[in-house]
Amino acid sequence: MDPTELTVTASDDDLDLVARLRSGDETAFMSLVDRLQPMMLRVARMYVSTATAAEDVVQDAWLGVLQGIERFEGRSSLRTWILRIVSNIAKSRGQRESRSVPFATLAGDVGDSPTFDPDRFIGTGEPWAGHWSTVPHDWSAIPEARLVASETLAEVRRAMDALPPMQAEVIRLRDVLGWTSAEVRNALDISETNQRVLLHRARAKVRRAIERAIEIEEAS
Amino acid sequence: MSERIDDVTCREIVEAITDYLEGAMSPEDHERFERHLDECVGCTRALEQFRATIEVTGRLTEDRVDAAQRANLLRVFTRWRSGGPGG
Repeated sequence: MDPTELTVTASDDDLDLVARLRSGDETAFMSLVDRLQPMMLRVARMYVSTATAAEDVVQDAWLGVLQGIERFEGRSSLRTWILRIVSNIAKSRGQRESRSVPFATLAGDVGDSPTFDPDRFIGTGEPWAGHWSTVPHDWSAIPEARLVASETLAEVRRAMDALPPMQAEVIRLRDVLGWTSAEVRNALDISETNQRVLLHRARAKVRRAIERAIEIEEAS
Repeated sequence: MSERIDDVTCREIVEAITDYLEGAMSPEDHERFERHLDECVGCTRALEQFRATIEVTGRLTEDRVDAAQRANLLRVFTRWRSGGPGG
């Protein structure tokens, strides 16, 4: 049994940070808070019903982190270890709240839409069924400045806010914060396949949002 | 598009874009995917759109931490330090 190839171990930066926390370095602690607090709150919010309850979970998780820091062995990255603490506390509190949300709801994989609208493909029974009837636009022809214009980014943000919680968290960790797939799997305790499906669904919706933003601009 | 490529449809290809980008395909599927792309402008653009989407998403920034929560956690920390080991 060798699960290590699937995990990301603590980096030198992690180990340095851990050493500073152990020695009671306040700056080290607050920089960690600034980096991890927003995602900790979102992860907690998947399992408990109110924002206040999520804040309580996260505060307890930080205390758990501090009390457990002596035992941190660096077998996972620090952020993965911390997010696991959050999700464990949040899960047990969620159960006490009898808000044990089914995974399918969190993941949003019930009746989720396909990557591109079905009407962009040739219908069944016709020649070339399943091939493009409306070919996607060539985005490489769009100036980068327009692709990342604040209006487009606002649409992307709106689309992300509307995603089911797990999809939102996976795309945020992967594509906003640049985590590896192994880290995300560990932190959220999901399988490789699940991670990929959630990521794909999320990216598909964000892609649509960008397409909408660009087309609105083209039409105006 | 000249000839029917393999038996994969564009509709199937776009569902597998993330599998492709994640390097999660079997060597055979990977090759089929790329063979399809070689012949298909629509799917090549769809893949490019996904790459652009990842790029654009990467421009977003993480939320700021609420000042009250920050102050609270600083208190948690100082209390832990005064009671904890090495404090």
